[in-house]
Amino acid sequence: MNPRRLRAALYQAGLAAAVALVAWYFISNTATNLESRRIASGFAFLSREAGFEIGETTFIAYSAADSYLRALAVGLLNTFRVAAIGVVAATLLGALIGLARLSPNWLLGKLAAGYVEVVRNVPLLVQLFFWYAVIAENLPGPREALQPLPGVFLSNRGIVLPAIASWLPFALEMPRLEGFNFVGGSALTPEFAALVAGLVIYTAAFIAEIVRAGVLAVSRGQVEAAYAVGLTRRAALRYVILPQALRLVVPPMTSQYLNLTKNSSLAVAIGYPDLVSIANTTMNQTGQAIEGIAIIMAVYLTISLSISAFMNAYNRRVALKGTRR
Amino acid sequence: MKTIAAVVAGLAFAGAVQAQSTLDAVKAKGFVQCGVNTGLAGFSQPDSKGVWKGIDVDLCRAVAASVFGDASKVRYTPLTAQQRFTALQSGEVDLLARNTTWTITRDTSLGLNFVGVNFYDGQGFMVPKKLNVKSAKQLNGATICVQPGTTTELNLADYFRANRMTFKPVVIEKLEEVTNAYFSGRCDVFTTDVSGLVSVRGSRAPKPDEHVILPEVISKEPLGPAVRHGDDRWFDVVKWSLYAMIEAEEMGLTSKTIDQALASKDPAVQRFVGASGDIGKMLALDNRWAFNIVKQVGNYGESFDANLTPLGFERGINALWTKGGLMYAPPIR
Repeated sequence: MNPRRLRAALYQAGLAAAVALVAWYFISNTATNLESRRIASGFAFLSREAGFEIGETTFIAYSAADSYLRALAVGLLNTFRVAAIGVVAATLLGALIGLARLSPNWLLGKLAAGYVEVVRNVPLLVQLFFWYAVIAENLPGPREALQPLPGVFLSNRGIVLPAIASWLPFALEMPRLEGFNFVGGSALTPEFAALVAGLVIYTAAFIAEIVRAGVLAVSRGQVEAAYAVGLTRRAALRYVILPQALRLVVPPMTSQYLNLTKNSSLAVAIGYPDLVSIANTTMNQTGQAIEGIAIIMAVYLTISLSISAFMNAYNRRVALKGTRR
Repeated sequence: MKTIAAVVAGLAFAGAVQAQSTLDAVKAKGFVQCGVNTGLAGFSQPDSKGVWKGIDVDLCRAVAASVFGDASKVRYTPLTAQQRFTALQSGEVDLLARNTTWTITRDTSLGLNFVGVNFYDGQGFMVPKKLNVKSAKQLNGATICVQPGTTTELNLADYFRANRMTFKPVVIEKLEEVTNAYFSGRCDVFTTDVSGLVSVRGSRAPKPDEHVILPEVISKEPLGPAVRHGDDRWFDVVKWSLYAMIEAEEMGLTSKTIDQALASKDPAVQRFVGASGDIGKMLALDNRWAFNIVKQVGNYGESFDANLTPLGFERGINALWTKGGLMYAPPIR
């Protein structure tokens, strides 16, 4: 081995040792402090009864008699629900606004530009409070609910829709007011609606800019060639510009999807029971903050790396072969 | 959330076991760092001049008076329900006086010790009058606003399970946001300790007389200050600062009459004000520690009258044991 490579290898080993030493110091110091302060540690609490109710659940049933683990699973699924709907809706809205900003129609272009500038420059938390206030404070109570369509009720308890009771024979379960609230049907809560609205509108502004940049990055020659062979503007967009632009925007879109997912943790401020909200409650009821934070970190890391891996694989698939990237 | 993360980092960075006792550390830095509520009228809330007021605040001041002879040597850390225990565990605050319920889980597994009770409370429900609800048993199917990480949240679930009723919780951490959600009609019911309901109705409701507190009290909520586990000297100082306020009321000593009490012939009063005996020394404090508390902060009854009576609180079970209540201090001798 030549001296240069030996030296490099030594530096690497030294760095790894330093990182390991620092990690060991923090872990052992924390363990000592927890022990000396008689603070419970370990993950045994996960199987204990949670004892608190959760306002809304996705896919799995939950009651206060279930374990902390199940409560955290409910939180995780609620996070997934917001992230999945948010990513799809933000992509559609963002793409439309990005294209609108490039439109030759002056008014449409300026409106899109105004949207992007306003939304992008107001903190997301403020926007969430805004949407929550709009939904919760402006709509009437359940007893005075608005009824835009038969069986559809709009109130500060959310939107209640008829649910499909069975497919064959096709039957709907109509919601009806009983006591304090609607029973039957399916409901979207104001917290969920405000969170999705806030995340989609905020993220769409960034996606719009990415789409616009992607379209502008398609070389001028391609566009002119498309017009030269007689394609209309719409056909040129559809067959020449977008297929190339959308390939370019995959990597920056990945980080927007990651942002949207991570920003969904702001749900805690407006009372949507996402993973962070449930984990916070768990931490407080059990007093085991370190374990709680570790769970949150592990889950977000897993989600983010999964989205990243999926988008990278997709990018490799769609990237034009032989181009510089 | 950020605070919790910061505090967890605190646990990781904190020098291994603090060899120094909290009392020595407090004396050395010159003030008591007191964890209080972010703003609950009557318990701890800054007034229009930014001065913290309330019975929890008075306890912080009593501890400062006993340690330094100066009730103003306190710094306040406003904490949400979720931040409070981690803040105490990690040493960010010396003392937690934040209307916190004493339970066995908290006393044993959270690494802290409750020193006593400065307010006996119970959980109740508040509903708008127009819903025409007369009893908590009629709340089946209601949407209920509640703060997370509290015993309230657990009692609520227990009560509805025991009575075979269901409810939808709307769980928001900050008191301001959760009460906004209730007053805007997002929830049918707001639940917390009865003291909290009275305080919120009196200080935050747009029209206080449009809201009623239901007769059912569904839990015992003894609210008291807490300190870190394993530091008995500091535990003693905080515990006896609280008891001195209660004992002073029982002896009839107030901030106005305590100066005359210095010349009292009653041996119990003499011991209390430090004119005889060496109780102060036993606590590693000045012998006038209790005198200073009463002189600068007042007795428990004075604190109650100044902070809670104006909001419409009755003494009730928080009266002295001699008057049919639960407030009882062990003998100071």
